[in-house]
Amino acid sequence: MSAGRIPNWADVTLVPLFSVALAFALSAVLIWAIGESPWDAVKLMVQGAFGSSYGWGYTLFYATNFIFTGLAVAVAFQARLFNIGGEGQALLGGLGVALVCLYIPWPHWSLALIAASLGAALFGAAWAIIPGYLQARRGSHIVITTIMFNFIAASLLGYILVNVLRVRGSQDPASPRFPAEVALPKLHEMLALVGIPFSRVPPVNISLLLAIFMCFAVWFMLWRTRLGYQIRAFGESEPAAEYAGISPARITIYVMLISGALAGLMAVNSVMGEQQRLVLNAVEGAGFIGIAVALMGRNHPFGVFLAAILFGFLYQGGAELALWMSIPRELIVVIQALVILFTGALDNMVRMPIARLFALRGGR
Amino acid sequence: MDIATLVQVLDSTLRLATPLLFACLAGLISERAGVFDIGLEGKMLVAAFMAAAIAFVSGNVWIGVAAAVAASVAMALLHGVASITFRGNQLISGVAINFLAAGITVVIAQNWFRQGGRTPSLSGDARMRRIDLPFAESVRDVPFLGPVYHGILSGHALLVYVAFLCVPLTWFVLFRTRFGLRLRAVGENPAAVDTAGVSVVRLRYGAVAICGVLCGLAGAYLATGLSAGFVKDMTAGRGFIALAAMIFAKWRPWHAMGAVLLFGLLEAVANRFQNMEILGLAVPVQAMQALPYILTVVILAGFVGKAIPPRAGGSPYVKEH
Repeated sequence: MSAGRIPNWADVTLVPLFSVALAFALSAVLIWAIGESPWDAVKLMVQGAFGSSYGWGYTLFYATNFIFTGLAVAVAFQARLFNIGGEGQALLGGLGVALVCLYIPWPHWSLALIAASLGAALFGAAWAIIPGYLQARRGSHIVITTIMFNFIAASLLGYILVNVLRVRGSQDPASPRFPAEVALPKLHEMLALVGIPFSRVPPVNISLLLAIFMCFAVWFMLWRTRLGYQIRAFGESEPAAEYAGISPARITIYVMLISGALAGLMAVNSVMGEQQRLVLNAVEGAGFIGIAVALMGRNHPFGVFLAAILFGFLYQGGAELALWMSIPRELIVVIQALVILFTGALDNMVRMPIARLFALRGGR
Repeated sequence: MDIATLVQVLDSTLRLATPLLFACLAGLISERAGVFDIGLEGKMLVAAFMAAAIAFVSGNVWIGVAAAVAASVAMALLHGVASITFRGNQLISGVAINFLAAGITVVIAQNWFRQGGRTPSLSGDARMRRIDLPFAESVRDVPFLGPVYHGILSGHALLVYVAFLCVPLTWFVLFRTRFGLRLRAVGENPAAVDTAGVSVVRLRYGAVAICGVLCGLAGAYLATGLSAGFVKDMTAGRGFIALAAMIFAKWRPWHAMGAVLLFGLLEAVANRFQNMEILGLAVPVQAMQALPYILTVVILAGFVGKAIPPRAGGSPYVKEH
């Protein structure tokens, strides 16, 4: 099954697009099978996600989360490391944000944003460095340890919320509300400065700009610095990288630090930007969606950005579906699974017809 | 802790260990053949739904079990197609299967029963009956033997006993049959098996299918034996605990039984007591829940013996030309 050569441009555009088309087609069959109209569902989703500034606001809010977690998975994939631990790292990032916001009195949100970002990145990175170290120095499989660390993180956070941060007398396992000074400016406030009206409801906030900035930062790191070169070389071929004097253990640990920090940063958007307090399920699976986003975005920051918007659309559109049609929100999880399946696991199957097409054209 | 409580906790340990044991052996067989499977959770979940749904509709739990096994095997074959035939990434395929299961069970449950992604509660013949072992009643009042035999060992659903019988069976098949030898060889050095003229692909598909059957039984017991119906995400990480038990047991069947009993006991204790005191130290319930995962990380890190997976695990086999 040697898939023939595909030109690079087709590899980064046609293959993911074809995968997504397959995933959507199967989802349409599922919608039809449960007795709903796929066409109506698509119309409703597009209308709900892009038809108003309200919809756009939610789409971009979800996309912000997915950019962070997608970048986290993508950076690790560049070094051929599979970090499934984004969920746990983002949970810990939330703890970092909460501690910074609750225990230090901030005069202005801008200072709080910088400190909370550092706190989120630090806690996320700290949670990722243990699996990274264990892989690098003790040879334990990073996929298994990061899965285990997701569960350990959930238990740890549960303990801290119930026994340490919980409001006295409250049954709810959640931290107190953050002070009003650390509320991040929302997109509608920012757009109002340049005279563009935007819905006030959605929680999309300045973290979106931070996410876009991180896309550039990750791109710069990967393709314009020595470390990035080493990461990519390590991902291409570990023996070759080692021969060139790159230490596999060092790269593994650095990559996991960066990956964990990126996943942790997601909490700036969800915990500080939206909930304004730390709750148990602050991440809501966004760490896992990062896997689909990175795979679809071909591990490139620009691809991650586009894929995150697509998943933001799916999440917002899916919420509308659940509201107006009898299609549960979990349909989005099915689509997400199919995207992971086709872009990740069945990659060779998706490639074959495309490769054959190019072979036909080139062979004559 | 008095005797009655102890008997209760050990009794529920057996019940809670059962789905873990099926899933753990499932993963063990698949990984021994060189196919990593982090999709145990998903297969169990699909099986749990099918078992509950079909048992409810047909009124017969065993028809439900058959449907559960069929659904789980179908998911296992999907994993096989991705990781054996198309040589895809086995870990990513496992992740996809977990999400597929989490999504599709709720979508279909909502469509069939309209109860918010759950099945109606099962009762009567749609649930697994408890079996009394022979003479259980007559030894009831005998000291020691009574509580152990009547209180702990007797009175479980058939699948509990099947699960524990699967341990020697798995051991026998893996270490005393030709199929088992080839299966282990294909996980260590597939090229050698290929050279000997045995099909690597067929062996790996065989292992993946057995894995599907066992995950199917795990899910079926979960929904019709341990509980009385399916609820959204009811596996709640059990597939990953089973994976942890498999690593903890270093891919050996008898040790797997020990590991799932330990993890089952932890769950039973955590269910029974919200906060425990051990040697004057208050142990929070979250620590009990996290313990299987922490133990696995410690084992993986090689601080207490080394856990070495089958050598060819995770890599697709490419025939030389």
